[in-house]
Amino acid sequence: MDTTTIANPIRTSLGRNAAEGSVIVNIGPSHPATHGTVQIVAELDGEKVLRTDVHCGYLHRGFEKECEDHTWHNLIPYVDRLNYVSPLINDFAYCDAVERLMAIEITPRCRYLRTLLSEYSRVVDHLTCVAAALMEMGAMTAFLYLVMVRDYMYEHLAALTGARVTHSYGRIGGLARDLPDGWLVRLEEILVQYEEFVARVHALVDRNRIFIDRLRSVGTITTAEALSLGCTGPLLRSTGAPIDLRKDAPYLAYAELDFDVPVGIQGDNYDRYYVRMREMDESVYMIRQLAQMLPAGPINVDDRRCTFPEKTLVYGQIESLINHFKLVMEGPSVPRGEVYCAHEAPNGELGFYLVSTGGGTPYKVHVRSPSFVHMGAASRMLDGGQLADIVPTFGSINMIGGECDR
Amino acid sequence: MKPMDARSFPITPVAPASARTTKDAAFEYLTTRKDELIGWARKFSLFPYPFVTACCAMEFMAVSASPYDTDRFGAALPRFSPRQADLLMVVGTVTHKQAPILLKVYEQMCEPKWVMAFGVCASSGGFYQNYATLLGIDKIIPVDVYVPGCPPRPETVIDGIMQLQDKIARSRHPVVTERF
Amino acid sequence: MAANDLGTLQRELVPAAGPASVSHGTIVLVLAPGELATTARRLRDEFGFDILLDVTAVDWPNDELRFEVVHHFYSTAHRVRVRLKTRVGAAEPVVDSLGALYGSAAYMERECHDMYGIVFRGNRDLRPILLYEGFEGHPLRKDYPKLREQPLVAYREG
Repeated sequence: MDTTTIANPIRTSLGRNAAEGSVIVNIGPSHPATHGTVQIVAELDGEKVLRTDVHCGYLHRGFEKECEDHTWHNLIPYVDRLNYVSPLINDFAYCDAVERLMAIEITPRCRYLRTLLSEYSRVVDHLTCVAAALMEMGAMTAFLYLVMVRDYMYEHLAALTGARVTHSYGRIGGLARDLPDGWLVRLEEILVQYEEFVARVHALVDRNRIFIDRLRSVGTITTAEALSLGCTGPLLRSTGAPIDLRKDAPYLAYAELDFDVPVGIQGDNYDRYYVRMREMDESVYMIRQLAQMLPAGPINVDDRRCTFPEKTLVYGQIESLINHFKLVMEGPSVPRGEVYCAHEAPNGELGFYLVSTGGGTPYKVHVRSPSFVHMGAASRMLDGGQLADIVPTFGSINMIGGECDR
Repeated sequence: MKPMDARSFPITPVAPASARTTKDAAFEYLTTRKDELIGWARKFSLFPYPFVTACCAMEFMAVSASPYDTDRFGAALPRFSPRQADLLMVVGTVTHKQAPILLKVYEQMCEPKWVMAFGVCASSGGFYQNYATLLGIDKIIPVDVYVPGCPPRPETVIDGIMQLQDKIARSRHPVVTERF
Repeated sequence: MAANDLGTLQRELVPAAGPASVSHGTIVLVLAPGELATTARRLRDEFGFDILLDVTAVDWPNDELRFEVVHHFYSTAHRVRVRLKTRVGAAEPVVDSLGALYGSAAYMERECHDMYGIVFRGNRDLRPILLYEGFEGHPLRKDYPKLREQPLVAYREG
């Protein structure tokens, strides 16, 4: 087939006003270091990057359009696949938004368990981000250590939820099922292993000359720029601003936990790496507190508007059967209204803007995606740097395609 | 759809025994042994091109690392240039925006090449049945093995790789093709 | 959400199209399209709303002014969220761009344009961001069928 007739899906803005003697180079979207699906068209003067034009959208899967066709419950697997490295946080943020619209109060056990699992998911996300970033710079050993711990966590979460990666564990009004026996014991074992492996990674890279030279003062952004560009999460905290929704507007059980919010100094790549490593340590500390604090009790709120009845009742009583049927076929009936509910995802502020006109199907679901906004900020961090700095800077932004493009 | 089983792979018919001379039979024997040798070499030295897009990437990373290691199968070293790769692993959803890039990468690979559709999104579009998604990469490129799952467990991926290896072992490997 | 925040914003900003309200912890102001840029500037400069979180739209096809453009702001100092809503019609879906005030507006307005066709006056770069060159139509509008595909690559036979 004649490849010259293959269509070009984008139009770059860099052709105009190109500097004298500069070269325009295309990086991606199928590239080992662009995390799947981002295209960076860069104008280079030798090795120096003059301007970049960042194109995302290669993973736009029509999530928001799918939402208008499915019931509120059916969307939970879709929501999982937004930020697919920390799926539980997406689940819980979405379920929280629907619960606010329905004025449902989740049970205490569910609240603590959701907090524990959110922090667990945060650890998994940061492990993946740091592992990928280190591998892209050549530190293969650190990648293997971190992915090993992550694999233990995946298997552990599979024992709880049934799936390693995209768990679909949150439910409106609660969770899919309660903890199996021995889950908390295994949790502690994994956290001990985590500490051992992360200590090895720290020993390998933290004061490594090459690592510091590649990351220090690279991809710098100031607090004012970050705020103007809408950055939140570790990106904003690496500039020195201690802005964290878990402290500023506590939700779930965060108000009762003791934890610090790590901040960086200069807003460069090294700070983002270190903020993530410290956040993982804080998350592990929180998980240990929560494992002690978990109260007994039911997982799902006893509200037939959203909670599925017991299977024995469904097969025995006509009311439960009808309830189950209506919940499956029509979906939980959410009253008219709109809500914007934001959680602190590992990338920043993950918000769900839901519009309901009553009924079991949403009218509109919009995801305020931190990765998408950070793509807008990426040019500011990449311009003026070197070509080889594109890879670590981009890795430190932690762009997740599912969340960015929805 | 035919089962992906080595026995169901079509074998070209041979002339009846009475029409063949000893010389033909000897030649047949040598080419079969040659195919087996080349098939053995090719199947244990796959160079994947991980065309990674979405969530399946997490399981791709897991299957490349321990304990599921693809290095045991010879398929560890990813080659990020299509010129140097022979197994195109399409990992994750391919949207219509991404489809031209997938086609370009496939076209740039040299023979022999194989394609693995990793995950249900690559196989059939998954549950993203809408305007944005290419509903299965086999709409634009031929696929040799489909690995279902959302995302597939690493064991499923390894099963897929082994089935592909069986397929490679059983196929003909002509040294010179009309496209060479 | 302190009551005086709502009262202050209501008094100071005096939105034309309706009273301020609180929806699940977010202050909601409904504005006329012409007031959007000035209100956003005042929110940023006088009230400390330093992050523009989100720009999106809602399609109400049965209403005369079909598109409701929604902006979300957050103040890191006061920890307050504000939602600004304005309505524009299908014939002239034009709203002012906030690109001069917030850098984050650039990409978010491109996405809103892609999905709904809202034109942001002042944003010179409204190229498709989630969709691709040659895509016709705006998918999140209620009259765009979910399954209408516009493939860029011709399908193989068989």
